[in-house]
Amino acid sequence: MAEVLLPRKMEIANGPSKFGSAHLLHVLAVDDSHVDRKFIERLLRVSSCKVTVVDSATRALQYLGLDVEKKSVGLEDLKVNLIMTDYSMPGMTGYELLKKIKESSAFRDIPVVVMSSENILPRIDRCLEEGAEDFLLKPVKLSDVTRLRDSLMKVADLSFTKKRELETEHAYSLDSSPRSQLKRAKI
Amino acid sequence: MNTVVAQLQRQFQDYIVSLYQQGFLDNQFTELRNLQDEGTPDFVSEVVSLFFDDCAKLINNMSRSLEQPENVDFKQVDSGVHQLKGSSSSVGARRVKNVCISFKECCDVHNREGCLRCLQQVDYEYKMLKTKLEDLFKLEQRILQAGGTIPQVDIK
Repeated sequence: MAEVLLPRKMEIANGPSKFGSAHLLHVLAVDDSHVDRKFIERLLRVSSCKVTVVDSATRALQYLGLDVEKKSVGLEDLKVNLIMTDYSMPGMTGYELLKKIKESSAFRDIPVVVMSSENILPRIDRCLEEGAEDFLLKPVKLSDVTRLRDSLMKVADLSFTKKRELETEHAYSLDSSPRSQLKRAKI
Repeated sequence: MNTVVAQLQRQFQDYIVSLYQQGFLDNQFTELRNLQDEGTPDFVSEVVSLFFDDCAKLINNMSRSLEQPENVDFKQVDSGVHQLKGSSSSVGARRVKNVCISFKECCDVHNREGCLRCLQQVDYEYKMLKTKLEDLFKLEQRILQAGGTIPQVDIK
């Protein structure tokens, strides 16, 4: 007989919270399938990522501002840390999107992960050769997403560590206040 | 102890297990359920709803492509099957996905008759699954309304 469990809040944490919301990984997900968009969005939210989902490679380029004809507004908050794209899409494929991103001086450093329901080795090789960070078989697993997130966060962590060190020094200099004593007790 | 809730939970558990045992659902459906939480109680029903909408649309398009014996657009049919296979795989709709495998084979060899049979079968399967899941979600609602919680069912 199955155990009856209480529903729990899904939250695969980033480990001890070093990061405020400003430092959440922002992922741009690209997929023409409505079902898959909803699914990947949920996987990413559960993994504590900020998510933007678009339904085509063209829209992805517009969002990034690579499409000269239609620039999106609010580029300041745009900073995308990872692009996850489906391979087979009508119009521009995920592979073509990958190429365009890697050809762009502004965006070539953004890791791009390609997703596909088909396990075709030449396809996988082609994507990796073109600079894809990883190639995931669909349906994508939560463990794939958390693994990606963790490895990207490590890279981001190095640059944040210095900033945090400075912040921590300042916080501990207020040692005598009862509030900070309470904080330490909680940990 | 609230026995009404316990009975409903048992009913739910038996029903969902039977859906897996009869091959309607596979492990991917479990993954979907695991992604749902108290903050997103409609996640699974929303995803499957999108899936069923997809099915209806794709089947309709493929039906039109297969209509004229002299003029079948197998490329379009193949595209439709590919999309259907993808989304059925994403939600754990096992039977639908399996029909798509046969469907693709018929399409590859330009077998119109075979395609028509598969089309009919995929239509049947998605509608059957839709009914089953509607019943499952109704059971969930009854549990919640009775003040209970929906069981996490471990499918071995």
